[in-house]
Amino acid sequence: MKDFSNLISAIEITNKTNAKIDALVDYFKIAPDKDKLWLIALFTGKRPSRPVKSNLMKSWVMEITKLPEWLFLESYSSVGDLGETLALLLPNPEHTIEKPLHIWIDELSDLKPKSDEEKKEYVLESWNGLEAQERLIFNKLIGGSFRIGVSKKTLVNALAKLSGIDANQLMHSIIGNWTPNTISFDDLLNGEHINYDNSKPYPFCLAYSLEKELEDLGETNEWQVEYKWDGIRGQIIKRKEEVFIWSRGEELVTEQFPELVAAVSQLVGSFVIDGEILAIKDSTVLLFNDLQKRLNRKNVTKKLLEDVPVGLYIYDILEVDDVDLRRSSMEERRSKLENLFEQNTSDILKLSEVINFNNWDELDALRNAARSFNSEGLMLKKKSSIYHVGRKKGDWWKWKVDPLTIDAVMIYAQKGSGRRSSKYTDYTFAVRKEDKLVTVAKAYSGLTDVEITEISKWVNKNAIEKFGPVRTVKAELVFEIAFEGIAYSKRHKSGVALRFPRMKRWRRDKTVKDIDTIESVKALIDAS
Amino acid sequence: MKLIKFTKKGIYCIPGNFYLDPWYPVDYAVISHGHADHSRPGNKHYLCHNDSKAIIKHRIGQDISIESLGYNEPKNINGVQVRFFPAGHVIGSAQIRLEYKGFVVVFSGDYKTQPDFISTPYEPVKCHEFITESTFGLPIYKWKEEKELQTELQNWVLQNQKNNRTSVFLGYSLGKAQRIMKLIEGVDDVYVHTAIHNLNTAISGSGIELPETTLLKYDFKKADLQNKIVIMPPGLLGSKLLKKIPNAATAICSGWMHIRGNRRWKGVDAGFAISDHADWDGLLAAVKATEAEKVYVTHGSQAVFSKYLNEIGIEAHELKTEFGEDELAQSEEVKTETA
Repeated sequence: MKDFSNLISAIEITNKTNAKIDALVDYFKIAPDKDKLWLIALFTGKRPSRPVKSNLMKSWVMEITKLPEWLFLESYSSVGDLGETLALLLPNPEHTIEKPLHIWIDELSDLKPKSDEEKKEYVLESWNGLEAQERLIFNKLIGGSFRIGVSKKTLVNALAKLSGIDANQLMHSIIGNWTPNTISFDDLLNGEHINYDNSKPYPFCLAYSLEKELEDLGETNEWQVEYKWDGIRGQIIKRKEEVFIWSRGEELVTEQFPELVAAVSQLVGSFVIDGEILAIKDSTVLLFNDLQKRLNRKNVTKKLLEDVPVGLYIYDILEVDDVDLRRSSMEERRSKLENLFEQNTSDILKLSEVINFNNWDELDALRNAARSFNSEGLMLKKKSSIYHVGRKKGDWWKWKVDPLTIDAVMIYAQKGSGRRSSKYTDYTFAVRKEDKLVTVAKAYSGLTDVEITEISKWVNKNAIEKFGPVRTVKAELVFEIAFEGIAYSKRHKSGVALRFPRMKRWRRDKTVKDIDTIESVKALIDAS
Repeated sequence: MKLIKFTKKGIYCIPGNFYLDPWYPVDYAVISHGHADHSRPGNKHYLCHNDSKAIIKHRIGQDISIESLGYNEPKNINGVQVRFFPAGHVIGSAQIRLEYKGFVVVFSGDYKTQPDFISTPYEPVKCHEFITESTFGLPIYKWKEEKELQTELQNWVLQNQKNNRTSVFLGYSLGKAQRIMKLIEGVDDVYVHTAIHNLNTAISGSGIELPETTLLKYDFKKADLQNKIVIMPPGLLGSKLLKKIPNAATAICSGWMHIRGNRRWKGVDAGFAISDHADWDGLLAAVKATEAEKVYVTHGSQAVFSKYLNEIGIEAHELKTEFGEDELAQSEEVKTETA
């Protein structure tokens, strides 16, 4: 497992995708076939089920180290990862075990039906034969999750570099139906188990942010204007009765959206369409936050399907009955799209609405109103434009609505996870309510690494608690919080709920005296 | 009887009328070691270990009033006997032992119990009261032996050379840099940043032998550096100078690199957990070896470490000080020093 352990070390330390790809290629060159297959399986979420509960592992480590529980928890909140905490707390190994990755995985899956005593004996014996980094890997193998910053796309790019096979085909291959024990590495890469012709996607056509005055775009009737949606841009392919869904990140995400697959399967013919996958409930588009609950799930449960149903707003059509339409104009493609889908739309499949307008002046108001139904703004597409490969300036523009903002003060800070586990990255913000402060939002995105480092240091110095993961801090640091919407809420103490809050700016120029009041925040509800 | 008092300016010795590593200017400062958070400018008079003298003069000023002692060499200040004992932290680092009418207090300064073959190894000192640092006061911190670190660092350099890359180590200029020099001695030519070079010159000037290095000139030739080894202060991460180094593979050397989150945060190519401070077992062993009746815990994990000491039957108190907790934070000082 040394090689695998070294690979993980190399991958997780760098934030350069090319360095990750090189490390993967180096590993693929030396690892046994079975290990390579398991690596692909682990990194794509095809993991065996957990053989040992983490609570048991924790109790064994406490027993071995004789540490009090509070000290264990203090260590855990400093490290931010349980498998790593366990690996670090254990005493140095007394012997060396060297086994290939697939043997470890086989042994762990054999362990599942055994008694706790047998599990303990095996795990302790293993811990005692592995150094800290390998121990961490071992613990992660038990837990089954490898969140180390390797996307499927990175993995596929490494395999493409290794084999010379087309990356999209490889994406289909690794997502396809296979298990490490029933296929050879070469067969997997060559796609023996799939029919790539059916899934082959087109590159997405992308838009730039609008950077000129609307008047400079020319005549209004040269443009098709639609709402912009904040979901997952997707390409849905139906060929020979097979359905595939590609995300813009060139990942196959078919299995994550069974209701879409079902709806598309019922349509007649072969086609490739471009659209936005959105969480849609009772004909209302939900925010990206809600959609997020549906993403990268290993199992899409019935409850999740009911809580966050998804649908597709269709933007464009790229292929019909094996004919590539990308060179035809937007206008022609739109009319094809309308012919094909006008009769077939439902809550799940819907054509993106084309906005009627007569002069440019009307658009700004439409853009600002977009927020009220969770649209991000407007898309302006030239009617004569072809479906370009990638980003091309001039034909497609996105024109986003400006976010709402308030100034609030940080009152709690909490450490992040993964790469951010060593820093205070998640903050809670408050505004003024008479002479007190009241919590209005939690946010963890929007700051630079340099700012986070500085704030972390400040939190260390200004925290009121000494123990535990959450620190109450002096109400001193003021931030401009941006958000997508605001509504009255009975569930929140402040009486308001912000949608998708994030830090827009650290306002070093402001003090706690300058923050918003709950009244001024509520005024935004009535204004929006 | 009270021998010491914790004041705004720092740890004060009442009968001796002097301060230990004060953070505001005082008349008489007894200094544990040359790091900027322990030896600050502005004091009227300094007392330190012999090996720290040149370092402190180099950093604060050649004209300061400073005297020095060897390890275990007594000096009487207003009836208080002051003696230095090795702290194993960096070259010239000392624990400060104060004795007055048979009562002994030891201030650890920063210390490391594991020998690094470049600073005088740490020695436990028995006392009534012990003031200890706690930078890495959590049981997750467990350092590797010097031999193991040597293999790791050297293998990393060799691997880089195979991939046609120049190895750049980022480490604090006093202590870490010399230790890295020792760990990779003999592998290939080592270039050091001006800040480190100047310190090395000061250290060598007081008779301490250091591994051979070359000054990294600002207008260096890229071809000369290719596949070699460079050591620079951590503040230069992301600097123009670092970017100029051909095919650089960068590594941070710091105790914090023991945790994955920290390694990943910096976006470097490698992180080596090499620390000048004691790890958890080191701290515990040191405290126990003093046999102190009372322990004061300063900078770092003072809340956790003192709570634990009390639980295992050693009376301990937290002490708020203004010594740096972050090995890497000191890099900011280096930036100004070399600007």
